Amino acid sequence: MAQMVETLEQQHKTDETALITGSEAIAVACKLADVDVITAYPIRPYDTVMQYVSKLVSHGELDCEYIVAEGEHSQFEIVKHASAVGARVFCGSSGVGWMYAMEALTVTPALRIPMVAMVGNRALDDPGAFGVEHNDALTVRDLGWMLVWVDTAQEALDTALIAYRVAEDRRIFLPCAISCDGAFLTHSQALVKIPAQEKVNEFLPRYNRGDLLLHPDNPITVAPQVNEDWVMEIRRQNYAAMERTTAVIKEAYADFERIFGRSYGNPFFEEYMTEDADIVLMGMGTLSIPMKVAIRQMRKEGKKIGFVRLRWFRPFPAEALAKSLGRFKAVGVVDRDYSFGSPYMSGVVTHEVRTALYSAPGPKPPVLCFICGLGGREVTLPDITRMTESVYQAAEGKAQPLTQWIGLRE
Amino acid sequence: MGRLFAVEIIYRGIFQKTLAKNISRGIVLAAHQAGKPGISFGRYSDSPERNGIPAKSFAIVGTDQETLERGMAKYEPKEVDITITVDDTLCKGVESWAWYGLQPVNKLLKQGGTLIVTSRETPEALISMAHRKEYPYQLCIVKGTVSFSGLWVYKDDHSDVRILGTIARILPELFTLDSLKKVIQDEWHDAVKVSSAERAYERFTSTTVRPNQGNPETPYKFDLPKWHEMGEGVAIPSIPTGKQIEDPGTHAMGGYRPDRNPTFKKFSTRTMRPVVDFDTCIKCTLCWLQCPDTCFDVTPDGLYDANMQACCGCGVCEAVCPVPNCVTMINETEFRDNSSQWEAWKKDKSGYKTWLQQKIESRPERSHGFRYRGQYKEQIPEMLEIAREG
Repeated sequence: MAQMVETLEQQHKTDETALITGSEAIAVACKLADVDVITAYPIRPYDTVMQYVSKLVSHGELDCEYIVAEGEHSQFEIVKHASAVGARVFCGSSGVGWMYAMEALTVTPALRIPMVAMVGNRALDDPGAFGVEHNDALTVRDLGWMLVWVDTAQEALDTALIAYRVAEDRRIFLPCAISCDGAFLTHSQALVKIPAQEKVNEFLPRYNRGDLLLHPDNPITVAPQVNEDWVMEIRRQNYAAMERTTAVIKEAYADFERIFGRSYGNPFFEEYMTEDADIVLMGMGTLSIPMKVAIRQMRKEGKKIGFVRLRWFRPFPAEALAKSLGRFKAVGVVDRDYSFGSPYMSGVVTHEVRTALYSAPGPKPPVLCFICGLGGREVTLPDITRMTESVYQAAEGKAQPLTQWIGLRE
Repeated sequence: MGRLFAVEIIYRGIFQKTLAKNISRGIVLAAHQAGKPGISFGRYSDSPERNGIPAKSFAIVGTDQETLERGMAKYEPKEVDITITVDDTLCKGVESWAWYGLQPVNKLLKQGGTLIVTSRETPEALISMAHRKEYPYQLCIVKGTVSFSGLWVYKDDHSDVRILGTIARILPELFTLDSLKKVIQDEWHDAVKVSSAERAYERFTSTTVRPNQGNPETPYKFDLPKWHEMGEGVAIPSIPTGKQIEDPGTHAMGGYRPDRNPTFKKFSTRTMRPVVDFDTCIKCTLCWLQCPDTCFDVTPDGLYDANMQACCGCGVCEAVCPVPNCVTMINETEFRDNSSQWEAWKKDKSGYKTWLQQKIESRPERSHGFRYRGQYKEQIPEMLEIAREG
């Protein structure tokens, strides 16, 4: 018995390595974060998280209220209320499931609920499809949600812990959605380092709702109806909270590095082979894998190309990104999303990048938009070569279409 | 710059929405007859429009388009030529949102402006209900039973055109009787409505209300906090739990009075209030259980006292009370204060009984709009008679 206790203690102190999917990595993060209330409603690809969470609960590894609601709207409402009474919560969905929860998603940041959610990115219906598109998570981009995209199961696990740390910080109290590309990340297993519980405990303090705790000993009324005399002030408070997120995210990553001994460098975006690059491509999520492969190949051919992977979409790292992109002759943004009728008919990420550059003091390279990989379509090496050629043309001052569909049968 | 006219219509949400809209539309259309542009709008967010909650409609007219736009550039007029109150109980004040407290009915009225009230009361009674103003204004009563109907059913008792006829008399610069007559004919195709407007025009009388007349209370004032002074998360302190009540005779403590919103007194959200016969009450608890606003205080002797800080005048207590005539709804115009009936009864039981009987006998009938099929058929002829004969 003594030996067994010792083994358990030892386990708490040491990292382990496991072969798990991105969804499983998120479930493991829930266990490590000792989440109190988890709600679920099945929709692919998010439902894989449900499966892993229920296994953890049934194996006695995770002690939480696990509620399968009758739909996504209730699913998100339940955790919203649980969080208001002081519970650490987890939730998630995909595609039109996320959309069905929209009303609950809208009120969550306004009430300053630090919900952590996983979006298994999926194309919105119709047509019914399972593959990845980013339009689902992006629908909440203006509402006060923090939005982060990850590209590996390891990053999914680590980012979930960081998300709790940032969201539950009293200076913030905003929800955070972690986007994991459907299939590419949610369903593929990779070797993941699972941090020791002791380290997690050091990194992640208990959630303290403080003055906003809905409890008989702290009688408050939440969300009364107001008129135009109050709405602007309430919105301004959310603006202030979102303004503070950048600094709090930096703190969290620095502490993560200190405690876990692993570093993500710049928390907001990852740069790959950009030091000497003439041009760069940019994107979010698992796109990074084919991109890096293609870039390595093109580099062999003497092309100085780099890749920038955006992690945090909200808060959007406008100044830092504009400063970085200003170094290159042209930028190609790969949008796994669409924004029909928007300026130049470009994708959502492109618009954000262009806006960031427009008001920045430095150089403003041309920004091309490539709509690519919709519905989970593979982004192929020839696709990336085609995009690169167009960005080179733009770098040389030759006019290029501002929005191009790549990998389309035409 | 030309001249800007603004008229405000204060009405009871839902019950008088169509009536208010008819009046504000009529104003704009009649002014348009003489080439003056105007707009008519409901300030729905003055309150979530619910049964009986005070709400407002406005008509703004300019002598030219640019002048009109000067008026339109404001969320709502800051001062008006005419305030119309289509329910006389609103003379006590307007409480639309909780934090505004009770605001005077005549708050926006310009010096020399006119307050038009639909009522069967005397000018003296209405003047005593409305807050005092620093300057004189006119009070004009359009005689008749207050017109309540529903959102989808309208009681066409000519209250709308009678008020419009009155405006033509007060402010002919806004529109003339001839313009109005043409609009009524075009809108409603009803010669009787035209004559009702004409008669209101002819029978017009008004009273000057002087600065020393009216309710002397200082209206509730408030400051709106800055964004960083407000609590976060759309959370506000709750109302604390309640306390025991003191018996005015024995000074014994007992019973239970829930604490209530310190600002929102609901004084003018009701058009009727219950009076309770404590001598016949059997303490069955039904009124206390069924009241949707928790308005009943439980007294130390186990009775139920309708607290006027919380009563919305819905009449549920009267409907559920099993004892005949124990709870009776009385027109709010009969009352000048909001004091406890139970305390009055404790202090002087026979005096209270006399007061109670007098209130019940003198109560003018009132109802919350449409209650039963055929109701309007019974009520409209009486109103048309008033419109005809005055």
